[in-house]
Amino acid sequence: MIENAKHLREHALELGMRQAKGPRTRILVSMGTCGIAADTEPVLAALREEISRRDLQDVFEVVETGCMGLCHSEPSIEVVDGVEGTMTLYGNVVPGQAAAIIEAGPYEAAGVEVLERTWYCPENEENTNGALQARVVLRNSGRIDPENLDSYLIAGGYQGLARALTEMSPEEVGGEVRESGLRGRGGGGFPTGMKWGFAAARKARDKFVVCNADEGDPGAFMDRAVLEGDPHCVLEAMAIAGYAVGASQGIIYIRAEYPLAIKRLRKAIEQARENGFLGSGIMGGKFSFDIDIKYGAGAFVCGEETALIHSIEGHRGEPTFKPPFPAVSGLWKAPTVVNNVETFANVPAIIRRGADWFKQIGLPECTGTKVFALAGKVSKVGLVEVPMGATLHDIVYGVGGGIRDGREFKAVQTGGPSGGCLKADHLQTPITYETLRALDSMMGSGGMIVMDSDDCMVNVAKFFLDFTLDESCGKCTPCRIGNKRLHEMLTEVCAGRGTQETLAKLKNLSHTIKDTALCGLGQTSPNPVLSTMLQFEDEYREHIEDKKCRAGVCRHLISYVINDDCVGCTLCARNCPVDCISGQRREKHEIDQDKCIKCGVCHSLCKFHAIDKR
Amino acid sequence: MTKNRVRPTGPIGSDGVINQEPKKRQELADYMSGLNLGDDRDRNRGFLIQCLHKAQELFGYLPESVQLFVADRLGLHLSEVYGVISFYSYFTTVPVGRYRINVCMGTACFVRGADRVLEEFKRHLGIDDGETSENGKFSLGGLRCVGACSLAPVVMVNDKVYGNVAPDKVPDIINDCQ
Ligand SMILES: Cc1cc2nc3c(=O)[nH]c(=O)nc-3n(C[C@H](O)[C@H](O)[C@H](O)COP(=O)(O)O)c2cc1C
Ligand code: FES
Repeated sequence: MIENAKHLREHALELGMRQAKGPRTRILVSMGTCGIAADTEPVLAALREEISRRDLQDVFEVVETGCMGLCHSEPSIEVVDGVEGTMTLYGNVVPGQAAAIIEAGPYEAAGVEVLERTWYCPENEENTNGALQARVVLRNSGRIDPENLDSYLIAGGYQGLARALTEMSPEEVGGEVRESGLRGRGGGGFPTGMKWGFAAARKARDKFVVCNADEGDPGAFMDRAVLEGDPHCVLEAMAIAGYAVGASQGIIYIRAEYPLAIKRLRKAIEQARENGFLGSGIMGGKFSFDIDIKYGAGAFVCGEETALIHSIEGHRGEPTFKPPFPAVSGLWKAPTVVNNVETFANVPAIIRRGADWFKQIGLPECTGTKVFALAGKVSKVGLVEVPMGATLHDIVYGVGGGIRDGREFKAVQTGGPSGGCLKADHLQTPITYETLRALDSMMGSGGMIVMDSDDCMVNVAKFFLDFTLDESCGKCTPCRIGNKRLHEMLTEVCAGRGTQETLAKLKNLSHTIKDTALCGLGQTSPNPVLSTMLQFEDEYREHIEDKKCRAGVCRHLISYVINDDCVGCTLCARNCPVDCISGQRREKHEIDQDKCIKCGVCHSLCKFHAIDKR
Repeated sequence: MTKNRVRPTGPIGSDGVINQEPKKRQELADYMSGLNLGDDRDRNRGFLIQCLHKAQELFGYLPESVQLFVADRLGLHLSEVYGVISFYSYFTTVPVGRYRINVCMGTACFVRGADRVLEEFKRHLGIDDGETSENGKFSLGGLRCVGACSLAPVVMVNDKVYGNVAPDKVPDIINDCQ
């Protein structure tokens, strides 16, 4: 049990010293969902075995951490040497390399891929060293053992809460967050301090602090990484918010599809209760606060805050009209602060280091950092945390290593099903909430999908509408029926049956839906259509006028034809799922266009480039 | 995702699944009595979704008799419970296959051709998205980003993740399900 703030500081120091006296080299192994999926467990086992085989337990300690953000090179590990002060990052490690890594210790092991570290931590490091990434939200992810409270305490954990409770009044805590300029990272970008202020000003018996961990954007996994890699940080932030607004109950609403994050959160809550960071009389003071977990059940719209609240109350997760805003009347009609995971993850550092420190990061008008889940056709898929104002170029080329297979950049999609596309002209635009909105896209929660010349923008718009159709709750007509009609029109365009009139109707209906839908889901669902129509108008025109899909994606507009390079190896004919390829051995084959389902299997299998896609 | 919403014939709850498995019934009952239930129906409703999660974890799906059991204990109407179940795609009222094949339909997987992979599964298994094969062996579905975007396109079979799945790898994955 931690009794007070002083006790916490002394305890953390002592833990730090104990760690310093322990094994000199720590091997951090990235064990997030992606790491585990990429078979990190055997590597972990091999490292442990190698250490015990050589009887080096006093020299090496293996730590299972959360995601390092290096999804492109999982299994990834980092070797941190306490004496030499070196940090070596290895990627694509296989169990057979364990011996070499242990052998090398603080030095770079030969024959193992060494990765460049592209980030720095503003909280511990003065110098950026030219790093493009600044890690505030992810500072502990991949560096501490998320299931070990001591590990968090050594990294300065719960000191923000201690400072708030002992040195600051609730108003001062709210004021500090307002002063920091922190804005919601869940998509809307609403100033967090202001939201807290609304809830704090209400007089009510009950108030609630809710953490939105529903992460619905299909292609985004920032929040999951934070919860898996640094769960205590979110708990600490929620308690700070509770203190600032006068709430004693917190709720984390998390999607059921995140079993590992749920497991780690549960464990963290238990540890926090046992050690006096949650529960009644936190750290020996008067403030009490506890946290419950509630589970989603696979509905995207439940990420919207009013729908989320209904879901916690056990109803269908349908949104309701705002105002009243949740901060005024939310869960069980009580004032409720709803914040995103990443928003919360900024809070402990802000209280620990102060608003002035936080404001130095990013731009004056848009402070702090943003985490993006960078994926798609980029070379280095992973998590990226950059200061606000970084450019797309920094992210895609600087951190992401450019487009895979040396292809040409075409577009970046941000904001998921509510967002839009940016193209090459926008690579140098500094990223903030406002600049993205001015380009008809949005920050969104942080999904960033890179596309190359193989992607058809009409089809991408259709993909997002597919998603919206599936996820629309059906309560309001514009969203339920309007999106269906939009989807039908896009299908027509993709099938080569669109006309100029279809385009005009698409645009018109999109605006109507935006203006009339009930909640944020419907109001933003036409964005992918409008944005692609604006940025890639020529592609829409080609589909309609020339009946062509330049990316070769829209099946009705392409055909596969065998050219004279065919040597008659029969590979395509043997693999064609509908047996539409005929021809004698060692003779040129032919595709029956009427039977062909355009699956592309032959095209991808042919070793002689003898199949053209037209 | 689409799902089968056809009601079984017979009186409500006549599937009797809840009584065929007394052990699971008991576990569900124990779980629910461990909750902080009171007289306030509105507050009790706040526990509904977690009870349904527990019930589906135990029985594999949520037949009417199980829905009734949960409704009674929470003092809710069956219609309210059914309304919640039909809203959330995680809940299913029909049994699912022993091998749940889910193709990731997240954006990253989509741009790397997940739709073609799903088509191949449909063709090979002869079932549509959201359906279960007649012998109860396979269910096919899509899911949203599993967070392994670097391995896109991704397919999950029960808890196992397959990465970089090209359409021609589909038969191998089906053969793996033994
Ligand atoms: C359709 C829809 C889906 C949303 N999904 C999420 C989500 O998955 N996660 C999230 O944090 N916010 C989501 N939001 C935003 C929330 O409504 C809310 O603005 C946010 O949780 C507030 O937290 P913040 O101020 O910290 O961003 C969504 C909004 C809409 C309209
Ligand atoms: S989009 Fe498929 S794993 Fe992320």
